[in-house]
Amino acid sequence: MTADRTVEGTAGWPPPALDPAGPFAGPLEVLAWVLFAMGAVVLLVVLVALGLALFGPRRWRTSLGGERLVWIGGLAFPVVVLSALLVYGLGLTSHLTQEPAAGEMRVRVTGEMWWWRVAYLDAAGREVLQDANEIHIPAGRPVVLELDSADVIHSLWIPRLGGKVDMIPGRRNLMRVQADAPGAYGGQCAEYCGGPHALMGLVVVAHEPSEFEGWRARRAAPAAAATSTHPGMAVFDRAGCGACHAVSGTAFNGLAGPDLSHVGSRRTLGAGILPNNQGTIAGWISDSQAIKPGNRMPAYPVLTGQELRDVSAWLESLK
Amino acid sequence: MTTMLRWAPLAAAFLSACGDQSPPPRPVAGADPARGLEVVERVGCAACHAIPGVEWPEGRAGPSLKGFGASPMIAGRFPNQPDVLTAWLVDAPALSPETGMPPMPISEAEARDVAAWLYTLDDR
Repeated sequence: MTADRTVEGTAGWPPPALDPAGPFAGPLEVLAWVLFAMGAVVLLVVLVALGLALFGPRRWRTSLGGERLVWIGGLAFPVVVLSALLVYGLGLTSHLTQEPAAGEMRVRVTGEMWWWRVAYLDAAGREVLQDANEIHIPAGRPVVLELDSADVIHSLWIPRLGGKVDMIPGRRNLMRVQADAPGAYGGQCAEYCGGPHALMGLVVVAHEPSEFEGWRARRAAPAAAATSTHPGMAVFDRAGCGACHAVSGTAFNGLAGPDLSHVGSRRTLGAGILPNNQGTIAGWISDSQAIKPGNRMPAYPVLTGQELRDVSAWLESLK
Repeated sequence: MTTMLRWAPLAAAFLSACGDQSPPPRPVAGADPARGLEVVERVGCAACHAIPGVEWPEGRAGPSLKGFGASPMIAGRFPNQPDVLTAWLVDAPALSPETGMPPMPISEAEARDVAAWLYTLDDR
């Protein structure tokens, strides 16, 4: 859509690239502006030299055509400046990818074609909570994201909170994020990963630190609607949705697709791309290929209107 | 040339007659079409409908809304009038228990705005 990605449902999309909201994005903004400024200065010098070489007095043109300038301006200058920039940049960003310290919150984010598998880890690195396409963090605290990929190379980029780090199959890359204030921060896959790569977004939700533990406790328990009978749950069962999707508190335990245990409480649907309500859930189930062409969920042209409404109502109630 | 000129009044009469026979405008009192489009985008109607003015997505679960403002019927069942349309937008299953369109999370006032906006979609 045009403007809908900036409204509350899909808050923070498209994310502004130079508007840091935490201490790990700040240095990157500084680095970006330093690079931009130096590039501008060098461009200016080159243009002035070009102007002089074309239209300047004869004496200038002769000296600009000499070999000395090539050695100084073409070799020595770039080596010195670029080396200094490299050292400066590495120093500025080295702490972004350090191993998690004791007590630091850890979240494993796995890139999948074309969504994000999210698992919250305990201190020993065991998965204690599964989710998808949304990362919840406490505001004001650093969080270590442990990045992996299930298929091809993806790249996680949450511009306002941290850097852009590749997700490489079989490799564990680290990235620190921190949001100084509660809110929703958009993210996006930043490495072309085939098909609907451009429609692979996510949302980071930063909570008040005092409310975060409550959120985690609520998430750890099954949704109330998962343990009561609902006609939509029967449709979910009959249509075989549980082969790919897990809903905690039920027998549905598929792992191929996103965990749906609390799908109704997510801010977005389809990995950061649609507002999340019963209507968009129904549209997604009915024909997600029209919305996100090439994604791995088939269209379901076998459901009646009533069944579609029932199953979408049940999923929306999984809060 | 003279032949063409002779036919011109008749052509003009014919064309204006076409205009006269288009469906009467259906004003929605106090509603704002621009706000209606905002609601459409916030709620994500395009997940099911191809909608003129909304670039992406173009959902296929429901009918395209191209030319909806000139369409005489809603869902092929109900007269396309402001009050009916407003009721349909808020709670379609109440009118048609077998529809796949769920009740939408919008207020009556928002539904009126959406209806006003839908009636602007008369370019076939």
